[in-house]
Amino acid sequence: MPDAPAIAAIFKQESGRAVATLARRFGDIDLAEEAVQEAFVEAVRRWPEAGVPPSPAGWIITTARNRAIDRIRRESLRDERQTEASRLLEPGEAEEIHAVEDDQLRLIFTCCHPSLAVSAQVALTLRLIGGLQTEEIARAFLVSETTMAQRLVRAKKKIKAANIPYRIPGDAELPNRMRPVLAVIYLVYNEGHVATSGDGLGRPDVSADAIRLARLLANLMPDEPEVIGLLALLLLTEARRHARTSPGGDLVRLADQDRGLWDRPLIDEGQELVRACLRRDQPGPYQVQAAIAAVHADAREAKDTDWDQIVALYEQLLVFSPTPIVSLNRAIAVAETGDVAGALEEIDRLELVEYHLYHAARGDFLERLGRNEDAADAYARARSLTVNETEREHLHRLEQRALQGAT
Amino acid sequence: MTQYLMSVYYVEGEEDLPDDVVQQMYADTDALNQKMQKKGVWVFGGGLHTPDIATVVRSDDGEILTTDGPFPEAKEQIGGFWIIEAENLDEALDWASQATVACRGPVEVRPFQDEPEV
Repeated sequence: MPDAPAIAAIFKQESGRAVATLARRFGDIDLAEEAVQEAFVEAVRRWPEAGVPPSPAGWIITTARNRAIDRIRRESLRDERQTEASRLLEPGEAEEIHAVEDDQLRLIFTCCHPSLAVSAQVALTLRLIGGLQTEEIARAFLVSETTMAQRLVRAKKKIKAANIPYRIPGDAELPNRMRPVLAVIYLVYNEGHVATSGDGLGRPDVSADAIRLARLLANLMPDEPEVIGLLALLLLTEARRHARTSPGGDLVRLADQDRGLWDRPLIDEGQELVRACLRRDQPGPYQVQAAIAAVHADAREAKDTDWDQIVALYEQLLVFSPTPIVSLNRAIAVAETGDVAGALEEIDRLELVEYHLYHAARGDFLERLGRNEDAADAYARARSLTVNETEREHLHRLEQRALQGAT
Repeated sequence: MTQYLMSVYYVEGEEDLPDDVVQQMYADTDALNQKMQKKGVWVFGGGLHTPDIATVVRSDDGEILTTDGPFPEAKEQIGGFWIIEAENLDEALDWASQATVACRGPVEVRPFQDEPEV
């Protein structure tokens, strides 16, 4: 029989569907959320004895809907708005279960509406689609629970006041509207992959939530190549998680990773998705990044990496996102093909002086060219620009190594 | 349905647009007004005189103070506005997209607090 944590886990998995269905049916996110919360309380009371129902998702939707209807009845008695209530209480369950997937997509597009700030999009998506508690989201983004609660309240207020609709955008709007949805999932993943501050190098739970959201989106929109590309990118990056840190918690660079620690099933799944994207031949930035990760995954040893292929893919990525970061990554690949001087010349033109990995790459190029003192300076500069302790220690070691080489 | 205020902003002190562009702007805005009226979303709208023509009135302990305007001290000022009635924010943003092209300025979209009681 399930205990409270087991029931909480089921709700985290399933509540997104229930919230989406109820939000569409009642046109009120708060009501939907509260009703699902009440269903949770009921489950904690009943499931330990009665067991988990055969369809937890169906049970949650039905129970939450009944709670929502009770609430509307109570309030409509008070407000004497009987006509509105009776309109909402019409049956239509069969049609409703059928349309759940569309409801989830609608709510995703509402949560990631471009009129909301990115921080609000992220919070809403994790709360309403991902089923996370406010406290969990606050922990993931290192803000207080009060701050996160206020952010959610404000975002939901805007959805209601500005009448942001629950709808799946039409074909003409879709490319523009997909962008923030993909960006939110990617941002959540990265927050779990390299925590922007703090001690450890990542928060695996947050990454797992992002992958769950990417899988959900891929199920809902199997014909969107960029959605598949994003999922592939996350899986291929996640596959390297255990190789990214040493047993002592230090950062291990891609070139130095023990590739035996890479998660083969995740790589196989990611590579299969990349191949499906290639067959479709509608490239986009996430697909190209996934292809780059796939090329790395192909190499059994770092020295077997097909760097020419990676340079070519970065060139393709530059067409989609002509940013200094992409140029930096291209230059790093160019250096690996053997042209370190050319790579250094290229990044000296970039305006990235505030970015720690720019100085880390520059230090690496300088060290390889035998300019050890300049290299140590660059590593020191990189260290001064990051607050992640694991990265700082790693850069400190590189700086010491370069200084020893200089003497 | 929700009513939205769509304010067109411009930055004071920025160079004036060339005459032919201004003429085209009036023509485009006029065409958009007609389109809104035809579709039934137009509630009200119009262009404003420059802020140096404005007057500010306020009540201070029952005493009415009248001063030369404008009230906001910012460089960004409203040049004109529409009030439209739209199905939802997406529809309003679609009209705002057309409005910013027609007016050559950023458009702020803000919902009114309550739907008018019918």
